[in-house]
Amino acid sequence: MSAVEGYESAEALQNVSTLKSENHRERRTFLGLSMPAVLVVLVVVFLPVLWLSSLSFFNAAGELSSENYARIFKSELYLRTFVVTFQISVAVTVICVLVGYPLCYWLARMSDRNAAILMVFVLVPFWTSVLVRTYAWLVLLQRNGIINESMISMGIIDEPLQLAHNLTGSIIGMVHIMLPFLVLPLYATMRSVDTDLVRAAVGLGSSPRGAFWRVFFPMSLPGLFAGIVLVFILSLGFFVTPALLGGGRVQMLAQRIESTITIYSNWGAASALGVVLLLMALLMIWLMNRVFGLDKLFMR
Amino acid sequence: MSSATQSLPIEISSLCKAYGSVKALDDVSLNIAAGEFLTLLGPSGSGKTTLLMALAGFSRPDSGSIRFGDQEVIATPPHKRGLGMVFQSYALFPFMTVAENVAYPLKIRGVSKSDQKTHAERALDTVQLGGYGDRRITQLSGGQRQRVALARAMVFEPQIILMDEPLSALDKQLREHMQIELKALHQKLDATVVYVTHDQREALTMSDRIAVVNHGRIEQVETPERLYRQPSSFFVADFVGESVSLPVKVANDTAQLGERALKSDSPIAQGSGGHRLVIRPELLEVTSGAVPETANDLSGHVHDIIYQGDSVLVIVQHDSAGQINVRVPANRAGQTGLPSKGERIGLALHPEDTIIVPEHAS
Ligand SMILES: Nc1ncnc2c1ncn2[C@@H]1O[C@H](COP(=O)(O)OP(=O)(O)O)[C@@H](O)[C@H]1O
Ligand SMILES: [Mg+2]
Repeated sequence: MSAVEGYESAEALQNVSTLKSENHRERRTFLGLSMPAVLVVLVVVFLPVLWLSSLSFFNAAGELSSENYARIFKSELYLRTFVVTFQISVAVTVICVLVGYPLCYWLARMSDRNAAILMVFVLVPFWTSVLVRTYAWLVLLQRNGIINESMISMGIIDEPLQLAHNLTGSIIGMVHIMLPFLVLPLYATMRSVDTDLVRAAVGLGSSPRGAFWRVFFPMSLPGLFAGIVLVFILSLGFFVTPALLGGGRVQMLAQRIESTITIYSNWGAASALGVVLLLMALLMIWLMNRVFGLDKLFMR
Repeated sequence: MSSATQSLPIEISSLCKAYGSVKALDDVSLNIAAGEFLTLLGPSGSGKTTLLMALAGFSRPDSGSIRFGDQEVIATPPHKRGLGMVFQSYALFPFMTVAENVAYPLKIRGVSKSDQKTHAERALDTVQLGGYGDRRITQLSGGQRQRVALARAMVFEPQIILMDEPLSALDKQLREHMQIELKALHQKLDATVVYVTHDQREALTMSDRIAVVNHGRIEQVETPERLYRQPSSFFVADFVGESVSLPVKVANDTAQLGERALKSDSPIAQGSGGHRLVIRPELLEVTSGAVPETANDLSGHVHDIIYQGDSVLVIVQHDSAGQINVRVPANRAGQTGLPSKGERIGLALHPEDTIIVPEHAS
């Protein structure tokens, strides 16, 4: 007797219910394990965000209105904030790519041991408080800071450069803080590129430079895009560094939200700004995925 | 892109390369004829890849000379050597289609788009992957990927093709199939092939000549048959084919196994570290009666009989020298008269099959 004809025979139905209940039990276990995390995210992230967002739909008198949004798009001040936020984020991302890509390439070609040692120089700042690093930059960049003093004493410049309390300072500080977010995914991707691929390209006739652009660079793109998305989105909502190094001259979106609440106590307007920021971030993620087509680039 | 290109001979002389104290290449000299299929055979770590990478230009030797035809290439960068290469990992570009992969060498040589297409298609036809051009690499099986790598290596009709263990990632059946296919392909192409493997059977199957590599040195370069029948050292005899060996004494050009002098057709090669008698299990003859006078007598008692499907391995306890393996066909002719465990078995080793090698070649 065999059970091949179908699931009709008694042998083929052996232990069916036991196995099925085992399946259910397994699923319940996984559900049980993920429940705490789901609850925490729900209570600590989703509900507050929903509640805060809902504030934006009420005016000062507590009536339902779109007043808060209308003001954002009419006010010169708010629009400028959006433009500045966008410009700074783009600038920071571009500089991070220009600095980070060669750095990762260099690290990825090292022996494991040397690369691990040098990675520490990327990671230690990463683990240091943003506040501490921002004040450190203030010390370095201010009018009579180390950089200006030493450049004057070396005779490179006569007058101290305006490095802090402005856009330049904000961007320098932000690049430093954002760089690890670019370096970590990019480095991991570059490390995983099979060196035989580049060899194959060169062996088949590409110059080393040609092999880099035709083979290595495309292979590193997923990591690069991941880093770009991280840096750009984080920059959009960044607060501490532009607030301290910008010296009041740089107003990014997060700072505008803060001042709207602390100075004007206008929760509705602040909430509307927050909602727009959130939407911008989601839009950017969606756009980048569309443009770069990460899922299509590697069909693994 | 016509077939006017002709394969080139390769002349390697006194090539040395050390990694710290490890001599990966120890004074290697080797001449490879134009159009030849030469295999570098050796155990892992013997220096095969290092030699191939020196030919390709990826690793820079410490000293020596490499000539393709009459051109010295020792200082030529890899992309100017014009070689076709196949890697063990296939090294196909995952973000390109099959056709784009195959057309890659043509693209960087500035071949027109339409010519790229026709040549790539023809190369894919040659490796029996016609119509697969639009597929993604990830949609292919291991064997198909290896064929794409082959097509890519030969599409621009290089005069020399290098392959580093290209079949070792495939399962046994596919590997054996590809060996035959590769050999047939080589006969169609006009290219000198340098092939690396650690699989002696693969080397015997495919090669015009085999260079056996050991500790960065070339032990012997021979045709498969002569390598198998006349190894120059114990290392080669042991590495190529199945064998059992027994220590022998050599005096006045004759070898002695215990008290008995061994009859051998080939002269005994010189070397150091004593000599050994190498016995191939399939070359021994099971005799029903006494062993004839013209052959060497290796008779003993049957210790064990192991059924292996296509053949039967008989382990014989020789009277004085130790254990000897004998392989007999699993068909009826092979099995009739085969003694059972514990019984005496007559074994003849004919002089033309008697291989006596020095422990180390001189
Ligand atoms: N990049 C390298 N650095 C240090 N030692 C190496 C390197 N490449 C190979 N070797 C050493 O050289 C010897 C030969 O290696 P290889 O040519 O890869 O052998 P095979 O290909 O025959 O297995 C080995 O002992 C190996 O450890
Ligand atoms: Mg190797």
